[in-house]
Amino acid sequence: MSLLGTGILKGLGVTLRHFINTYAEDLKYLINKSAAPQPRPLRRQSPKNKGLVTVEYPKERLPLPENFRYVPFLVLDTEKQEEKCTSCGICAKVCPPQCIWIVRTEDPVTKRPIPQPKEFYIDTTICMNCGYCAEFCPFDAIKMDHDYELSYYPEEQPHMRLVHDKAKLLKPDTYHASIHPLDWQRELADRAAEEAKKKAAAEAKAKAEAAKPAPSAQQPPASAA
Amino acid sequence: MAEETPRPETQAASAQPSAAKPAPAAKPAAAAPKAGGHGAAKAAPLATLTPDMQQLQQHFGESVIAPAPYVGVLLQDKSRLPEVATYLRDELKYDSVTNLTAVDYIKDGYFEVVYHFQRSTGGEPLTLKVRVPRPQGNDLSEPVPSITPIYAGADFQEREVYDMYGIPFSGHPDLRRILLWEGFYGWPLRKDWHEAYYEGDTKPFDSRWPGGHHQLAEERVPWADNVNYPPGFDPLNFHADPDAGLYDSMAEGVPGLKVVTKNGYGETTTTVLGNGQALAEEEELRTDQIIVNMGPQHPSTHGVLRMVVKLDGETVTDLKLVLGYLHRNHEKIGERNTWLHNIPYTDRLDYIVGMANEWGYVLTVEKMMGIKPTERAEYLRVLMAELTRIQSHFWAIGFLLNDLGAFYTPALYFITERDLILDFFESVTGSRLMCNYFRFGGVSRDLTEAQLAQVKELAFERIPRKIDELEELLTDNEIVKARTIGVGYLPADRSINYSLTGPCLRAAGVPYDIRRVDPYGIYDRFDFEIPVLYGADVYDRYRIRVLEMRESLKIVQQCLQQMEQTKWGDIQAGKKAYNHRVPAGQAYARVETPKGELGFYLVSDGGQNPYRYHIRSSSFINLTSLKEMVVGHKVADAVVILGSLDIVLGEVDR
Repeated sequence: MSLLGTGILKGLGVTLRHFINTYAEDLKYLINKSAAPQPRPLRRQSPKNKGLVTVEYPKERLPLPENFRYVPFLVLDTEKQEEKCTSCGICAKVCPPQCIWIVRTEDPVTKRPIPQPKEFYIDTTICMNCGYCAEFCPFDAIKMDHDYELSYYPEEQPHMRLVHDKAKLLKPDTYHASIHPLDWQRELADRAAEEAKKKAAAEAKAKAEAAKPAPSAQQPPASAA
Repeated sequence: MAEETPRPETQAASAQPSAAKPAPAAKPAAAAPKAGGHGAAKAAPLATLTPDMQQLQQHFGESVIAPAPYVGVLLQDKSRLPEVATYLRDELKYDSVTNLTAVDYIKDGYFEVVYHFQRSTGGEPLTLKVRVPRPQGNDLSEPVPSITPIYAGADFQEREVYDMYGIPFSGHPDLRRILLWEGFYGWPLRKDWHEAYYEGDTKPFDSRWPGGHHQLAEERVPWADNVNYPPGFDPLNFHADPDAGLYDSMAEGVPGLKVVTKNGYGETTTTVLGNGQALAEEEELRTDQIIVNMGPQHPSTHGVLRMVVKLDGETVTDLKLVLGYLHRNHEKIGERNTWLHNIPYTDRLDYIVGMANEWGYVLTVEKMMGIKPTERAEYLRVLMAELTRIQSHFWAIGFLLNDLGAFYTPALYFITERDLILDFFESVTGSRLMCNYFRFGGVSRDLTEAQLAQVKELAFERIPRKIDELEELLTDNEIVKARTIGVGYLPADRSINYSLTGPCLRAAGVPYDIRRVDPYGIYDRFDFEIPVLYGADVYDRYRIRVLEMRESLKIVQQCLQQMEQTKWGDIQAGKKAYNHRVPAGQAYARVETPKGELGFYLVSDGGQNPYRYHIRSSSFINLTSLKEMVVGHKVADAVVILGSLDIVLGEVDR
């Protein structure tokens, strides 16, 4: 049985330690400000920090992790100047709150679908930021954004502005590469691997054709299919 | 034969099962005559009976207890339910009813009430089913005998079934709606009930692709078309006090309360609730009790919970809860969703511990699909679940101190630590709370080297130090002790009877933890203990959480060490898919979340969407025992006792 009041004193000691540590940390930062390896917000929120943790948003901002996800955007292929989306509809199917609407383009003559969306809507007032659309898109055509400051004044009719159409959704792949560097590297590697595979398949096909004359060329080569 | 008074339409269904079924495959009626008319109509494999079920069958006879389709036993004569429940409790030692729900088999024309009985010493739960014929339209069905007098933990769960399905429980002490308000028209979880903005029975909706022109929900479904009124009802001439029944049930010893009700059919009634008038005049000293509403807008009720307390001076003499302010019919949404769609929705149940909820759901679906996650995914799951437990307990303790009056200093110290863990979650999963990390057969992402370093710094350096600091700040503090020791006492046997789970039960001396009693995942590979304390009061509920954080930390540390042997990037068993079909059947699986036992009872008809999606929510069921903990204490302690239960309204109201 300890003396009455020691428990409270011990607790107050903890508070005092927090108080002193905050100033000690700030002092340390001031002294070697020029040599500080990290900007203030990052240092304050690192697990090594012992003092105050608050960051003065919006003056100071924490960098977002690459995986951070907010409402999706469509990726524009800057080389070809067209969206990567083929309007296959997988994103609309996996969307849990069903906030994606897609109109598929049809060939005016044959009435057959063309792999390009005519219209594309995401109702961000419904979107739950789950990231399924980006995760299940087989074409890397839709990605989750880092822009989390979506708000409007009431007179700006937010309920209409927050429905993003194709024009608003399209963002260049350079932007995607800048916020998702690792994912972009993976994408490039995938693409390179696929091209290498195609090339290998084409070579194999050419070889097979060269080895055997006319009859075998009629059969579709299994590796390319 | 299953029901004593079968209605005409169900008789027809049992006589001609092929007429009621769309696909009349081999008729199993002759093969399984004991299963009853409706059970025979279903071409479902019958459950294999466990020894306990066989003993039950022997005791009550095969005409009473029959194997049910897929799992459990079927009680043919529902009037014998109290008898069976008493036998289960006293002879077979199934001392709590862990889950109680219902399923609407609309094609077969009956409701099935499903009970999961549990032993506090562990093992699989025993599934018991009772059937009632489906009534016409919006009518109530035939009553089922209540088991609340036998198992106190059935109280809220039976009220929920009544609320959602319109199945009354005869003998229930206070059968009112629980999540919806009195006066709500309809029974939402019946399959023929449509919610506002109803678009289709199952997702994905055809209107989205390939011709998906955006339309606001409000325009798409005109409001007027979607509200159900009883015939002849005038909403403009409706004024009811939905709490009349509530106050009336607490009215003894309370001064009269005048309530004016307009029923919407042109009738106005004035009633006086309570019997207090005579009492006040006769006595020299007014000793009336008063009813005080705490909440729903009250910072100490941890959300929008409303506690209605009856006070004698400052002492609580009665307490009732009003729930449902955050109700969104999660289970109905879950039945509309595809299997995959539900994972991010489970994050929104108990939003403090998103990934623990995901595990519960994913585990149940994996059980039905018969798949196993990869090694690395198993480790990542444990890592996330245990970090979730630590951050949830930090939060719980911080806000318990808030409730005690230590405004925000402890809470903010602990939220800091919690936020560092959330930083890790954010960098791995993409979101701090709504992580959406678990997948069927795996998880969504692997760690990077930087993330691994981040979590190692937390697990080996920072958090152990901070837990010590937490104890230094609080454990010996005389004010904390004075306010919490002996407060909110609920002994072990009552706790079990109330189906209490989680830290609160372990603080009452019952070593019941799903990770040990019904193991899942790879918890058998770690060296950890289930801490148990015997005080059964608020102080021990605080201390047990500290002890559990230390044990969780041990698991995290071992997990990080063992994980090095697994293959990097191997996080998904099989091919990644979005259009799962789960074989027809049903399953109940549960996990130990920081709040207690979280169970999912899922029924599949073989399609892309769950046929039934029920959540056994620990916060909801833990609240059943609040009354017994609070009565006799001062009103200020009611706040503390609620804080010690650590509820989250997202999970309570669903």
